[in-house]
Amino acid sequence: MPRALLTACALTLAQAGFFSQAVAADVAHGKQIYETICGGCHTMDANRAGPAHRGVYGRKAGLAPGFNYSPALKNSGVVWNEKTLDRWLKDPEAFIPGQIMGIQVDDAKDRADVIQYLKEESRKEGSRR
Amino acid sequence: MRKAELITPSRRGFLGTAALSAAAVALLAGRDALAASHAGGQMASSQDVNILNVALGLEHEGINAYTLGAQSGLLQKPVLDVAVRFQADHKEHADTLIGAIRKLGGKPVEAKSLAEYAKALRADTLKSQNDVLELAARLELGATNAYIGVIPSFKDSGLAKVAARLAADETMHWTLLNNALGKPLPAGGMPFGA
Repeated sequence: MPRALLTACALTLAQAGFFSQAVAADVAHGKQIYETICGGCHTMDANRAGPAHRGVYGRKAGLAPGFNYSPALKNSGVVWNEKTLDRWLKDPEAFIPGQIMGIQVDDAKDRADVIQYLKEESRKEGSRR
Repeated sequence: MRKAELITPSRRGFLGTAALSAAAVALLAGRDALAASHAGGQMASSQDVNILNVALGLEHEGINAYTLGAQSGLLQKPVLDVAVRFQADHKEHADTLIGAIRKLGGKPVEAKSLAEYAKALRADTLKSQNDVLELAARLELGATNAYIGVIPSFKDSGLAKVAARLAADETMHWTLLNNALGKPLPAGGMPFGA
């Protein structure tokens, strides 16, 4: 195999490793931020002061089974994706006036990492449903 | 028997006839002025009521968690005495929040059944005193962070101050529970909130 091609392959593999590591780090940080900022009211698999979050990514707002949502959120028509979750976490009242969440995630990277964590967890099957 | 002093929510009936604590009276002293203040006041009050109700939901959860801990039979003195004291604090918090919500024209959220809290908090997994303490510490830490987190969202700075005082109470609880579990203090300053 030509030397240039070997070098390119090695670089590609190294980059793949770097990026997967970076994504993993973001999810880990997102978990930490989730537990610190969101964990007072939320868990993945049980409704508490806030609704259970497993499966939230890609789901229409207001549909966690058994949770009593505000009319504003339930009727919002919002589907949770990276863009809508970012707007929600940045300023929930500005995004959906009349909702009831009083917590904001101020830092853009923290929001991105929490969203990545929610996305990852939403792929997993609930442990207690 | 201190265990008997852990009053279940249904017996206490605090949604109907709770007497306001001194803190609540102080809290409510300025509410009339707020209500009559300006055109935007109604919206501000509505948002604040929503936040207070979420906080009240957390206090209901805390009260019931300590009831579950006591009823588990896993807590021994002097830990049981501490749990009694902490539950009493959460009842005072709930009374304060209920008073504020009503004064602002809102309807306080009601507590769920003990069975619902038991399911959500996985009370069936509590097998030792340490398990109960771990659960309590986790909830107290979550409440600390939640109160810190909502402070900037209050339209009424008086309510923000109350949230800060409640956060301080929860932090005190967490610190003692953490110590009882033999865990070290967090490394570095400002470990709460984000």
